[in-house]
Amino acid sequence: MKRQNIDKTVRSGFLLVALFSIVALSLIIIFLFLEGIPILEHVSLKEFLFGQYWYPTDDPADFGILPLILGSIYVTVISGMIAIPLGVMTAIYLAQIAPATVSQIVKPIVELLASMPSVVIGFFGMVVVAPFIQQLFNIPVGLNMFNASLMLAFMAVPTICSISEDAVFSVPTALKEASLALGATHFETLVRVIVPASLSGICTAIILGLSRAVGETMVVLMAAGGAAMIPTSIFDPVRPLPASIAAEMAEAPFRSEHYHALFAIGIVLFVFTFLFNLLADHISYKFRQVGEASL
Amino acid sequence: MIKKRLRAQKICFFLLKVAVAINGAALAIIVYFIVSRGWRAISWEFLSKPPTDSMTMGGILPCIVGTVSLCMTTILFALPIGVASAIYLNEYAGQTKLVRFIRLGINNLAGVPSIVFGLFGLAFFVIVLDMGVSILAGGLTLGIMTLPVIIGASEEALKSVPKPYREASLAMGATQWQTIRKVVLPVAFPGIITGSILGLSRAAGETAPIMYTGAVFFTPDLPSSIFDEVMALPYHIYVLATAGTNIEATRHLQYGTALVLISLIFGMNLFAIIMRAKMRKKLKG
Repeated sequence: MKRQNIDKTVRSGFLLVALFSIVALSLIIIFLFLEGIPILEHVSLKEFLFGQYWYPTDDPADFGILPLILGSIYVTVISGMIAIPLGVMTAIYLAQIAPATVSQIVKPIVELLASMPSVVIGFFGMVVVAPFIQQLFNIPVGLNMFNASLMLAFMAVPTICSISEDAVFSVPTALKEASLALGATHFETLVRVIVPASLSGICTAIILGLSRAVGETMVVLMAAGGAAMIPTSIFDPVRPLPASIAAEMAEAPFRSEHYHALFAIGIVLFVFTFLFNLLADHISYKFRQVGEASL
Repeated sequence: MIKKRLRAQKICFFLLKVAVAINGAALAIIVYFIVSRGWRAISWEFLSKPPTDSMTMGGILPCIVGTVSLCMTTILFALPIGVASAIYLNEYAGQTKLVRFIRLGINNLAGVPSIVFGLFGLAFFVIVLDMGVSILAGGLTLGIMTLPVIIGASEEALKSVPKPYREASLAMGATQWQTIRKVVLPVAFPGIITGSILGLSRAAGETAPIMYTGAVFFTPDLPSSIFDEVMALPYHIYVLATAGTNIEATRHLQYGTALVLISLIFGMNLFAIIMRAKMRKKLKG
């Protein structure tokens, strides 16, 4: 075989392998739907998504996942309120203000925080944070929405921070210098020039960080308290979507209604994060920086 | 006037520093609690013996072996596919629709929640491919989850190889494949390995994907083939902390296991971070 032909074969080989990610993603979607859709033979889609009662092991069983959906949304929103300011502020500090020596120390700290296994953070929330907030706020249980949100926040911070940092860092220095030359202070330049210029990147970072918080399992499984009811206070225990799947799969008989219902929860969770990711992808693609003419 | 503006700047920069300090403090507090309460549990016996007395005594050897074997399977599966995908995307492909589609797939794969990987692994590897709950099924599930990290890291490494290297090789008459194999890959290799270690460290700490595909509550025997089920460090922490026979009495074992797990993961991370810093220096010089 001629060298050029070998080259062509090799190229097609690499293309085939590169398609594997698409294949894997498709398989995931196919199997989620294959095992999840049968639940609709027992309950309607509306009953499933908006039913207020989740008693999958009762007879007759109730498969309403509204409390679980709300649990997921609430913990994600609360953790976002903590993680977004923390992550973005850290990113701005690292990318624009910190001296090289400081960022050399802080960056590994953020990376180590990112590498902290979720089960360890969940465990920490369970054995250290729970008794602490129980005493501090004088509440009956320490395993609740607030605890889980706080722990989730520290899982989302590294994602938000590292992606926003790239965005803030990549703002062309000419913009910054122009603003400084006009007499703006460093801080005014940051707020009026640098942050607006990197806003699409920061938004992408926030969406991906929150997407991580929605899908995070072990933290909400261990620290959220696990009650499948619609919470009325920040200190109520909740059972977000991933926690239900993880906690109940072991007891759900193979291909029973319960089993299918858990896969259907998987679909809901997947759709949530899929939309988040599409949005992030869209923003970063549409507003990607071309040269310096992006303001 | 300018004084006022500078004061605003001072206050805000201070707030930014507070944010950084909170992150540092969070890491420090978590590590402090795990280390101070966990180190007492660590002994040679703890690391080299299986659990005894319904997991209230003894060690965690089967969990360590289980986690290591899951990781080996993960990397053997994900590294070749990840590197090959990165080579295609970075070396061969242009800005076509297909490439954009592939990237979209990779990004979305990266965003799939870990428990959904677990569900998929259960439905596909464990049941349809009939692997049962095994190292193979768990490792493959983790492998698919790690794939986007490895592709990203490899692409980064390939991008950092200067263009003239390729041009020189092509100008001497080498084909593109020869150039990639003999010029680009050797230069990118350390970067690829560093990134893969980071990806693997993530896989080592994951619990949700292996709960129903690879890890079990308790098995005293060490695995003898990849079709065996195993215990794993992260799952062991979860089991002891939530479903053990005596949750309060085994606290020190829980902290000890957590300490072993984060030591393993931080070790991998520090190794990768140091290696990367060295490489950057070399590329600069």
